[in-house]
Amino acid sequence: MPSPTGLPDAVVIGGNRTPFAKSGGAYANASAHDLLTAALDGLVARFGLAGTRVGEVAAGAVLKHSRDVSLTREAVLSSALAPETPAVDLQLACATGLEATVLIANKIALGQIQVGIAGGVDSASDAPIALSDPLRRALLAANAATSLSARVKALAAIRPSHLKPDTPRLSEPRTGLSMGEHQALTNLAWNLTRQAQDELAAASHHRLARAWDAGFFDDLVTPYLGLTRDAVLRPDTSVERLATLKPVFGSGDAATLTAGNSTALSDGAATVLLAEAGWAAEHHLPALARFVDAEVAAVDHPGGADLLLAPVGAIGRLLTRRGLGLDDFQFIEIHEAFAGTVLATLAALESEEYCRRLGLPGAVGTVEESRLNVNGSSLATGHPFAATGPRIVATLATLLAGRGPGSRGLISVCAAGGQGVVAILEAV
Amino acid sequence: MSTLERLFHSPAGQAVARRAGLAAPTELRRGRTWPGGEIALAELGPSRLGADTLGLVGRPWREPVVDATDGDDPPAYESPLGALVVDATDLRSIPDLERLRAVLRPAARALEPSGRVVVLARPTEAVDGWEARAVAQALDGLNRSVGKELRHGATATLLYVDPAADPPDLRSTLGFLLQGRSAFVDGQSWRVGPTLVPRVDERAAAGGRPLKGRLVVVTGAARGIGAAIARVLARDGADIVAVDVPAAGQALSAVANEVRGTALQLDITSPQAGARIAAHVAERHGGASLFGIVHNAGITRDKLLVNTDAQRWRAVLDVNLAAEIAINEVLLDPGMAGGLAEGGRIVGIASTSGIAGNRGQANYAASKAGVVGLVRAMAPELAGRGITVNAVAPGFIETEMTAKIPFVQREVFRRSNSLGQGGDPIDVAETIGYFLDPASGGVTGQVVRVCGQNLVGA
Repeated sequence: MPSPTGLPDAVVIGGNRTPFAKSGGAYANASAHDLLTAALDGLVARFGLAGTRVGEVAAGAVLKHSRDVSLTREAVLSSALAPETPAVDLQLACATGLEATVLIANKIALGQIQVGIAGGVDSASDAPIALSDPLRRALLAANAATSLSARVKALAAIRPSHLKPDTPRLSEPRTGLSMGEHQALTNLAWNLTRQAQDELAAASHHRLARAWDAGFFDDLVTPYLGLTRDAVLRPDTSVERLATLKPVFGSGDAATLTAGNSTALSDGAATVLLAEAGWAAEHHLPALARFVDAEVAAVDHPGGADLLLAPVGAIGRLLTRRGLGLDDFQFIEIHEAFAGTVLATLAALESEEYCRRLGLPGAVGTVEESRLNVNGSSLATGHPFAATGPRIVATLATLLAGRGPGSRGLISVCAAGGQGVVAILEAV
Repeated sequence: MSTLERLFHSPAGQAVARRAGLAAPTELRRGRTWPGGEIALAELGPSRLGADTLGLVGRPWREPVVDATDGDDPPAYESPLGALVVDATDLRSIPDLERLRAVLRPAARALEPSGRVVVLARPTEAVDGWEARAVAQALDGLNRSVGKELRHGATATLLYVDPAADPPDLRSTLGFLLQGRSAFVDGQSWRVGPTLVPRVDERAAAGGRPLKGRLVVVTGAARGIGAAIARVLARDGADIVAVDVPAAGQALSAVANEVRGTALQLDITSPQAGARIAAHVAERHGGASLFGIVHNAGITRDKLLVNTDAQRWRAVLDVNLAAEIAINEVLLDPGMAGGLAEGGRIVGIASTSGIAGNRGQANYAASKAGVVGLVRAMAPELAGRGITVNAVAPGFIETEMTAKIPFVQREVFRRSNSLGQGGDPIDVAETIGYFLDPASGGVTGQVVRVCGQNLVGA
């Protein structure tokens, strides 16, 4: 698939991530800065980039401390990259890392940089805890006060209830519903059974375990703080075992969402190295896959749309623009925010009515199960929010390179705020 | 650190230790440093080998002080002596040995700390007659005794130089021995032969970076001796591919980044290990071939033989010996992209435990003695391709691993050699760097112990 624009090709050279840990696990005392630095250093070592000035590093985190304004730049300075390497932080909820990849690929395609790194990191263990709004206001007022009495007066406004810290919420500001509550609504709307969700979750674990055993991640993961594999992974889980877990929301047949078919809170970081194809060849770096194209989309979830199905519209528009069908992809990676998210996405892609409502010419098509998340996905690896995109890009590029030139892969990542980012890679 | 160890290192403890003959050992001269004092060259016959090689090494020399055949008090050097080089390649008879004694005696009294005695001789099979061969062997006993008698970090080495080898063949070896790089090599003898491939550009070596632009794989590079090897070879100019098991990835990437090389996470016992190394070399270095591989990765599974099951036995032999053989076979395939270049280098790691045997290490000693056998078997077969195969045999080296040995036992181990101290991982690495030096093409099939002349293992 030649680049229609005549722009330079951005290729994925490879990736590196930390194994993903359970929140409060192996990385309990590691900050987002530490994790991102570790992922960068492993990438630098894998590709011999120590002391190299890279065009730009784009990365981000969903859970961010106020001190981490320039998280990525600071991580670059802590890493083995040349300190002259510029960096940018960006944020698009769970699609942060994929959006960062799009940014770097675009800059390469426009000739603005020749080589760049995209990444993402999140630590649910090191989540920022903020002061409550009244306490913060009182302290700011006291600080601004010009006399002692004004300061005392400002501080006197503090009530015991104000001392309760404000922990980060994963609820949607517009609906007040948590992501799980939104997914529960989607599960109902699409009639997703507990059985189907648990089957998808079990398959994710089994596939990821097989990939680890086959050494697939030897060139994709660098151990960190003694953790050598993804800690969420349960190789021996089964549909039967998953069926014993208690539902989290609702009751009766409607209650299908469990800890087993939802992603676990996790810590980790992931990075991807991209470069202009000629630069990669000059530097004897492998070109695993070309970054072909990407599309973002959003849905009106305050107006009742399924929060996590924005990628459906993005996929439809991207494939139409490219004149491709789902059959043209050998690998399809749909981020498993919940097992139900994947199942609802698949159903929506098949639904003539749903797709037409999105303004698409018709149903996008059917995803063949054997092509979907073949080495497992977020249910088994864990989901340190911003790190998921780069994890998938590196995994997919490696799969495509193994399949051979011309093979294509599609990535879909849903995000809070009713957004989604999708992208196409093609083996070089 | 145990209470006992803390006490030992306290001022009071050290005072007692000194009286007990356990004084703090001499700090050894290390790195690319030359002796501070003069170098004396004793020529015991018409041979110019010693003089010409010292000329190539670029060090001036003086006449030796020679002891008289009578009298107890030998003549003295006027200032501390940096090294004595004896060209004994013409030495054939028992009376000739007296001339060696006469130059050794004054020198042994005058050697500075970390001074050197280097004796050049002919290999036993290169000389004719029973007496000449007996004398060639006598030098070995003499050298080992001198090593044991020298003090303050001074060392003795005997080099058996093949008659076909000329001064350029000997240059890297003499340079290594005179410099601080050989700090922990003592009482050893090995052989230097003729170089079989065209010699390298001398200018690169002159800059102290003999490995510049050459690609070397180091296995087990994440920590300890392997990390030191990667650092020393990078210092000497090599591009490093640092290999270790995936589980050691974090430490491995730190080493790779420090030496500005690449990290390759790889289980060397996997059947694809050799092919993956070759593919990494071919792909990442633009089709360049590999100049050298250092098989440093090794494990221990210590138990008395009576408690050693098949699993413990096999794990050690697989990692320490079988993997090395399998990887060599792949890299030596002449058609293999990313394989070992003609004129390349293979270095194995043996052990004094392998040479002497060690209680509780039957599996380890077998594997490490196997490395010695492998080096000797491969060297003559690969000589035609200019590929050298050598091994180092470390003795007690101060590493994370040996730091776990209980204090008293560790103190006994580290002191039971002629230098009265444990070696540094750098000492092992420097010896490997010497094997890898493009100018060391005449050194093959050798096992050099880096043990400070440990009492065990001969």
